Amino acid sequence: MSDRLRQAFDEEARELLGELEGALLELDQNREDAEIVGRAFRALHTIKGSGAMFGFDNIATFTHDLETVFDRLRSGQLAASSELINLTLSAGDQIRAMLDEASGRGRADEQRCAALLAELRSLTGMTERSGAEPPPDRVKAVEAGLARRWRIHFLPGPEIILNGTNPLLLLRELRELGELEVALDASGIPPLSEIDPERCYVAWDLTLTTAAPPEAIRDVFIFVEDHCDLAIEPVPGQAAAEREADERRPSPGRSGGARASASGVASSIRVSAEKLDQLVNLVGELVTVQARLSELSAKRDDADVLAVSEEVDRLTAALRENSMSIRMLPLRGTFERFRRLVHDLGGELHKQVELALEGADTELDKTVIDQLNDPLIHLIRNSMDHGIETAEERRAAGKPATATIRLSALHSGAQVLIRVSDDGRGLDAQAVRARAIERGLIEPTAQLSEAELFSLILEPGFSTAREVTDVSGRGVGMDVVRRNVEALRGSLDIASKPGEGMTVTLRLPLTLAIIDGLLVRIGEMHFILPLASSLECVELTAQDIGNAHGSRIAMVRGETVPYIRLSEYLRLGTPRPEREQIMVMETEEGHYGLVVDEVLGNHQTVIKNLGRLYRHVQTVSGATILGNGTVALILDPHRLVRGAIQAAQDRKCGGRHKRPAPGKNTQETVEFNAFTRKENSIHVT
Amino acid sequence: MSKVILTVDDSASMRQMVRFTLSEEGYTVIEAADGREALAKLPAPLHLVITDLNMPNMDGIGLIRSIRANAACRGVPIVMLTTESQEARKQEGRSAGATGWIVKPFTRQQLVAVVKRLIG
Repeated sequence: MSDRLRQAFDEEARELLGELEGALLELDQNREDAEIVGRAFRALHTIKGSGAMFGFDNIATFTHDLETVFDRLRSGQLAASSELINLTLSAGDQIRAMLDEASGRGRADEQRCAALLAELRSLTGMTERSGAEPPPDRVKAVEAGLARRWRIHFLPGPEIILNGTNPLLLLRELRELGELEVALDASGIPPLSEIDPERCYVAWDLTLTTAAPPEAIRDVFIFVEDHCDLAIEPVPGQAAAEREADERRPSPGRSGGARASASGVASSIRVSAEKLDQLVNLVGELVTVQARLSELSAKRDDADVLAVSEEVDRLTAALRENSMSIRMLPLRGTFERFRRLVHDLGGELHKQVELALEGADTELDKTVIDQLNDPLIHLIRNSMDHGIETAEERRAAGKPATATIRLSALHSGAQVLIRVSDDGRGLDAQAVRARAIERGLIEPTAQLSEAELFSLILEPGFSTAREVTDVSGRGVGMDVVRRNVEALRGSLDIASKPGEGMTVTLRLPLTLAIIDGLLVRIGEMHFILPLASSLECVELTAQDIGNAHGSRIAMVRGETVPYIRLSEYLRLGTPRPEREQIMVMETEEGHYGLVVDEVLGNHQTVIKNLGRLYRHVQTVSGATILGNGTVALILDPHRLVRGAIQAAQDRKCGGRHKRPAPGKNTQETVEFNAFTRKENSIHVT
Repeated sequence: MSKVILTVDDSASMRQMVRFTLSEEGYTVIEAADGREALAKLPAPLHLVITDLNMPNMDGIGLIRSIRANAACRGVPIVMLTTESQEARKQEGRSAGATGWIVKPFTRQQLVAVVKRLIG
């Protein structure tokens, strides 16, 4: 205890003794005044209380009996007498002496202490008090004894929170005693409309493993005992031997799973792929029905129906995740198969080629993997045949004689990127251009970027190889690759540096069945954006629009984000609402904003194909059915942004090249409008 | 931000002891000498009140009742300081809405344990 606190007590006690004296002298004049008795009592009470706290135990003990006497005076059990007043005055002097002694000035007479107390007892007829036991120290109790398990049922009274108790802190305190398993009993929670947020409706079933005695457990609840249902009982059937075994075993919650895997139960079973497809189809239907149920129950405002609907919603989402994950397979099997292909082709072409694999553990929907085999074979063949030089040529170019084809896979949001890259001679942009002109794919005057030129090799009937070889070069490979990848709702990118090689990137959706989407509204129409590419939603304010001086750029957390107003870009012709929202999307071109009227929320999206008629519509990757039966289109932000950039560039170029670029904007929006009109009419009728 | 504790006691040394002990634990402690002063001083936010029962002007019971009737802070935990001889007063305090109590004399460790139990 610091000297400063002792000093403070010393000063205060002297002050209180002065007050006591004053009160006693007044009391002598006016024996019946309760207010005066109260003052004397409070002085004694404080001297006793503080004395014990600041280490003046002798003062506290001595004052205790005096306090008791004045408490009885206060309650009228005793009457003030001049003897009592005189005795108390002497006792005050004695306390002062004890204070002096504590601060090193003089000595207090202990005999006098005892004499005064004895006199007091004989005067009031009190018996000697038994010393108050200090409360048991819980920490010490914990250290002793063997761990036992206790089952605790704790049902706090509803007013417990209003009384200032946070039940969670009690659980935390229990956890300090030992290992605690917590189960919440939420059955008492009434419907939302009846909930009083200041009341507590839940109960807990706890299992505590602790060496602490039951009193220590009860002590945690000491403040709330009267306001709660509390049952603390040992878990039955815990003989000492069993208890010891318990300590060696992991806790019961975990041991179940551990045992199962140890005995080899968790092995795999083979299921036919069709059964899995059926399962996923059914889950898809379930998700659609669930959307309807959610919508209906939200309209009803019936707490019971809503509760069921939310439960079904959770289960559906879990079921969906689960059944989708069953179909996920690592790419390794497919990748490994190409080693043989590379080896055989290398022999045939007299080229030394090594296959390097990266990210082969990346998982992808089985359907996607199955359809990926052919495009990858084409790409590898193409690289080996056209891209990679012979050993002599490579040596002459200062490259290692052995070429490398790198096959890599990685996740990017809800997509998987698969790259086939080689360190061969790369694409010659001028040769591609010449070839395209020769084939009549572009006008001789067309101005194309490098990326656009490279994408020409994906056109049907294009081949830069001068001779047709056995392996590739009939000009069928690359456009088949593109068709296959697009059938999977993927896309294809080509990058190349002359002399250094070429990289083809396939961007594929993780799954073809169900995704997490974000439902947005533009006018009367609904669209889905893939949640995995969505970053955040911000309001497009009039200030943003004003600050940008006509350019479509918004400031989001200090970052400039260009945006696309979807109603204009898709030519929906909807009036501009007062408030608009920007969905900031992560795309290959960086962060872009898509402006919509309103973001409605999460939507489990079952992807339906659009059919052949709409295969040129690049910005839409599918459609889904909403809870009310209407159709929402699923937008592909990557292609949308790319299309918008392309359209902007086309405007800048003033249409100097006439080639209708594959799937480019003008053509596309026409068809898109045809679709949206149709879609509109579907749900109007 | 540290949690705010209001200590109400007519004994300055008691308040000082509470302040000293709890400040060391990282709490912010505000002092009031009796119930009336406490009500006038009620800080916001307020996380805990530690009050003596015997005080002039307004005693602990009156203070507890007033706090529980005050919409702005009625759910705040309140600890009353009692003595062994005050069983009846303790019951009175509990029915007025006290959250917990500490029996005087108590050690600083006991004080800290109770505070932690109630506000973490």
